[in-house]
Amino acid sequence: MNKVVIRGARICFPHLGLDRVADVLFESGLVHGLDPKPARCRGAEEVDGSGRWLIPGLVDLAARLREPGATHKADIRSEATAALLGGITHLVLPPDTRPAVDSTAVVELILRRAREGRGATVHLIGALTRDLGEESLAELGALRAAGCIAVGNIGRAIGNTNLLRRALQYAASLDLPVHLQAVDPWIGAGGVAHEGRVAALQGLPGIPETAETLALARDLMLVEEAGVRAHFGRLSCARSVAMIAEAKARGLRVSADVAMPQVYLNEHDVLPFRADAHLLPPLRTANDRDALRRGLASGAIDAVCSDHQPHDADAKLRPFPAAEPGASGVDSFLGLGLKLIDDDVLSLASWLERAALAPRRILGLPAPTLDEGAVPDFVLIDATSERTLDAGSMASRGKNTPFRGWRIPGRVDLAAIADRLWIR
Amino acid sequence: MNLQLTPDGRLRHLLTIDGLPRRLIQDLIEAADSLRSVALRGNKKLPLLRGRTILNLFFEASTRTRTTFELAAERLSADVVNLDVASSSTSKGESLLDTLATLEAMHCDMFVVRHPDSGAAHFIAEHASPGVAVLNAGDGRHAHPTQALLDAYTIHRHKPRFEDLTIAVVGDVLHSRVARSELRAFGILGAGELRVVGPRTLLPPAIEELGVSVHTDMDAGVADADVIVMLRLQRERMRGAFLPSEGEYFRRYGLSAERLKLAKPDCIVMHPGPMNRGVEIASEVADGPQSVILEQVSNGLAMRMAVMSHILGAQVPA
Repeated sequence: MNKVVIRGARICFPHLGLDRVADVLFESGLVHGLDPKPARCRGAEEVDGSGRWLIPGLVDLAARLREPGATHKADIRSEATAALLGGITHLVLPPDTRPAVDSTAVVELILRRAREGRGATVHLIGALTRDLGEESLAELGALRAAGCIAVGNIGRAIGNTNLLRRALQYAASLDLPVHLQAVDPWIGAGGVAHEGRVAALQGLPGIPETAETLALARDLMLVEEAGVRAHFGRLSCARSVAMIAEAKARGLRVSADVAMPQVYLNEHDVLPFRADAHLLPPLRTANDRDALRRGLASGAIDAVCSDHQPHDADAKLRPFPAAEPGASGVDSFLGLGLKLIDDDVLSLASWLERAALAPRRILGLPAPTLDEGAVPDFVLIDATSERTLDAGSMASRGKNTPFRGWRIPGRVDLAAIADRLWIR
Repeated sequence: MNLQLTPDGRLRHLLTIDGLPRRLIQDLIEAADSLRSVALRGNKKLPLLRGRTILNLFFEASTRTRTTFELAAERLSADVVNLDVASSSTSKGESLLDTLATLEAMHCDMFVVRHPDSGAAHFIAEHASPGVAVLNAGDGRHAHPTQALLDAYTIHRHKPRFEDLTIAVVGDVLHSRVARSELRAFGILGAGELRVVGPRTLLPPAIEELGVSVHTDMDAGVADADVIVMLRLQRERMRGAFLPSEGEYFRRYGLSAERLKLAKPDCIVMHPGPMNRGVEIASEVADGPQSVILEQVSNGLAMRMAVMSHILGAQVPA
């Protein structure tokens, strides 16, 4: 790694009480503190940080990379690189790859590819059950030993309540955090849009709010009984926010996130049959969206993620119900986060809390520092730069975004994570 | 850009009733009325679409609907090709867009499309060449606009002032593209009162927001109605736990002669067909004096001729 000094950037590390203009020097995978003496900077590559913000690297709690199983859509190298270029230094890959992350071989394959790719650091959630099915538990201890930071059944709901109960108990006995996505496998099965006004008018099979809230109620009870640490991902409705807040008030060790599309869009954004807005969970009402925003502001919702799901063009070039659900998200994650600040939903400090710091706590990662000898984990951004989001401006191989054509702020000028450095 | 209407307010495609101006619907009703008389003549053909090619593109089987579109096009002297796509290209793995591109290369003027997915006609219209019009013959649960127009025309023939009418749409509204299109059409035409009637399992949860009143009690739902539209009940609804049995459905929501007496004495009974006798409608009602079900079929031909002529720019003689 080169020796680099960033001059005159606004350093925003709210967890350290740090918000001031300073110089930062780092070399060979280590930070050498703020405002280094000129002699120490000799020979360093200089990066002009004036007017820029230097912030902790963003952490994305859910990003599909499509490898293994669907490399015609994207792969680990392309998406981890796109994430880093988008300011994300850590991302979490859910276990619903093909094959699922239910064996040490799959874990080792993914982590090796991720290391070779030199993009954002990839963290893995192992499958809670074998092949994400309803039959038996995955080898949770082996998955952790192979490198999984948590376990969960993201992408395929467990209908068998007894199996889920035992899985949570077993994970608790290993002190393994569990990541869950609350979805009832029967209510709303086959649905493609929020069961509400728009679905009723357009004749789209609906997914009611209870598909999420019923599963969330069940899962919260089982989590409480098992005493396991649990994170609930991609909540979509107001009632879920209230349920999570209530669970926290009762002392449960739970956290939650919401995906960026749900923070901005609502059921009307599927009109007229926009396949890029076919998402799971579906875009719900404007009231739900507002409640999710309030949840983020209050802290009832701990984090925001991209829920990155890149697709090939053919996956979306179909009538709405037949289009594959999901949106590509790593390219817009930073910009939409900055827009939350512009829209007065969050302050700069609370956005960094939701997009960088809380996710690290949820994953058990250390908070980044700029102390002498620290491992670099930050990005330098130009928050004033704007661009139009379109296929040409996206680094991900997936160009499927419901935000196409939006003007969004934010440009990454430098990203540093451990010994990996990218400078524009 | 409005996908469906040209800047001067003509139909470029017919995908949904939603957003159609009232005047346009009235014009189509007038045109259908003129064309209806053609079928009563010895020579049933008009040269309005001579030299034009229309493709019936059915991704979902429906001999009945396809036949009416085919006959309507032939009576206008168009060349018609029927493609049962459900059993051809796409089942071999070809994408919908590839199928369309191949068919467009044959230089046709209009696709008449039926598809099991809501929004499919819209999708095809978005991707079709500028010279190809799309006529939605039913897409998923979304829309069946010509059925709604022909039903509006049928009602108009019996009861011209929509403002005075109470119209009850009865049955499986949840899965019905016919119901969705009718409720919009009758609303645009200013119907006095629109009701939907059925068990909660077969009514979309937010249907009230369409400006309709919801009735789960059939007797109350048809009381004093001027028009009753019975919807077809698919037999698989029993398997999906929407209903306990056909017998119970008929007892609760079937239109019997006795129940029809609760409506206005001159109430007309409609059904888009095909009917399940003894499930949603009793034979004595289906064949009775208040039934206009067969007239709907005749009017359907005239309305489809009117829509095709309008879209392809042919002047219907008054």
